[in-house]
Amino acid sequence: MIRFQGVGKEYPRTGIALSHITFHLRKGEFAFLTGPSGSGKSTILKLAYMEEKPSHGDVRVSGLSGRGASRREVAKLRRKLGIVFQDFRLLEDRNAEANVAFALEVTDTPKAAIQPRVHRALAQVGLASKATSFPRELSGGEQQRVAIARALVNDPFVLIADEPTGNLDDRATRGIFQLLRDINSTGTAVLMATHDLDLVRRADYRVIELNHGRIVYDSAEPPPTEAAGGAP
Amino acid sequence: MRLATREAFTGFRKSPLLSVLGIVTIAFSLFAFGLFALVALNIRNALQAVEERVEIRAFVADGTSPEAIATAMGDIGSFPEVQQVTYVSPDDALVRAKEEMREFSDVFESGFLPGSMDIRLRPGFRDPATVKAVADRAGTYQFVDDVRYGQEWVEKLYRLRTLATFAGLALGAAFALVAVIIIGATIRTAVLARSREIAIMRLVGATDGFVRMPFLIDGFVKGVLGGLLALGMTWFAAQTITRHMIQTEFFDARVAALGVIAGALIGLLGSLFSVGRHLKEV
Ligand SMILES: Nc1ncnc2c1ncn2[C@@H]1O[C@H](COP(=O)(O)OP(=O)(O)OP(=O)(O)O)[C@@H](O)[C@H]1O
Ligand SMILES: [Mg+2]
Repeated sequence: MIRFQGVGKEYPRTGIALSHITFHLRKGEFAFLTGPSGSGKSTILKLAYMEEKPSHGDVRVSGLSGRGASRREVAKLRRKLGIVFQDFRLLEDRNAEANVAFALEVTDTPKAAIQPRVHRALAQVGLASKATSFPRELSGGEQQRVAIARALVNDPFVLIADEPTGNLDDRATRGIFQLLRDINSTGTAVLMATHDLDLVRRADYRVIELNHGRIVYDSAEPPPTEAAGGAP
Repeated sequence: MRLATREAFTGFRKSPLLSVLGIVTIAFSLFAFGLFALVALNIRNALQAVEERVEIRAFVADGTSPEAIATAMGDIGSFPEVQQVTYVSPDDALVRAKEEMREFSDVFESGFLPGSMDIRLRPGFRDPATVKAVADRAGTYQFVDDVRYGQEWVEKLYRLRTLATFAGLALGAAFALVAVIIIGATIRTAVLARSREIAIMRLVGATDGFVRMPFLIDGFVKGVLGGLLALGMTWFAAQTITRHMIQTEFFDARVAALGVIAGALIGLLGSLFSVGRHLKEV
């Protein structure tokens, strides 16, 4: 699935963003990435969908190594990932179904297969009735649902979400979170960065907490501080 | 492909002015090139006509026996470079001189001109080096007094032609480069206008080839249109020159097609550069 092994990341100008990151997201697992702003959450997600390459160690996603992957292999990998962001990233000049269909069109899906899959994805996020609405005609929560439908339409094995509720009010946040839980319950793994601790507390999911580019807590692993920095 | 074609034409729809500008710059660069090529073509044709008259004259000493001349002519005629050898007797030479310079005909009235063997070379053997080599060989006969072939003139002719060719190539390359840069800039604007879309495409797993395709089609279509426009303008220029100045020959269909293909290549190259640059950045 997604495996980080001793990963470090240095950016050209800002320096070290991550160091010694090791964790394994299992099949069907739901995990939160938490930590203060600038602690490296988005960087971990970028490494996972291979927008960035690791400076040290390796990231393996579905068998593909982040160190050696070609651009073509990365493109093929992303067809099996669903990626959503705080700012939705929808195309303003296309309606909801066209936005969802876009993910299929650019991956050469046969035309006949597109329409039914788009409708299924929109139904899955509860937006079947707004298929022809444009993003500006939708609320923030609805726009995020369209983005999630777009992420789901290729049947990904994992949903990677970078603060998906960051721009939403409480009600919409709860709705989107419930949607992510439903998606997870059908077997899709979820890796979600958030600093909404309420949300984290509400569910009994794995929590990976970052600080200054290091994992300071991982609920699925024994506390690392004693073991790693212990007595000689 | 379906999507790519549709996307390519949204470029035209969304920024018609820029698209027209792109096409016109391609057209003008190719037009400039075309004009030069037209001049080169016509110079070449003119040179060819002049070249056909390149002739070596081996002047024969007075009193040489006809047999010796006939043997020498047989020899020379068998050189692979030689097309034809004709003997011009002193009497013929006088007649010819009178014809060629009618207004001075009285000067030749009582004069004497030496006989000569006039050697014409085959096409492809009329370059200065070959002309000189044949002339030197003709000069080895005892009875040949002097060999003339307008050596300086032939060399000048050739230098002019070489110069014309190189200037044409250099100018053409420069113009093509400018066209690539300009079309690259117009496509770059289109790329930037759609950078958000491109980012999303890549996020959902579009390959670079897929992202590139609409821009390549865009560049290709603009290039072909620019090429056709340039062809039209060049043709019009040739017509105008023919009407008002001198008879000019236009390119044949193959060269014309080559011009349009060059336009397409410029368009493709321009978009390849700008999309490639963008993809490298993201
Ligand atoms: N593209 C980049 N170029 C240079 N430095 C970067 C880049 N992206 C992130 N960084 C740096 O890496 C560090 C971690 O950033 P990152 O975006 O991963 O944090 P984050 O935990 O997602 O923060 P936030 O909660 O504010 O989104 C920061 O110090 C940031 O300045
Ligand atoms: Mg972030």
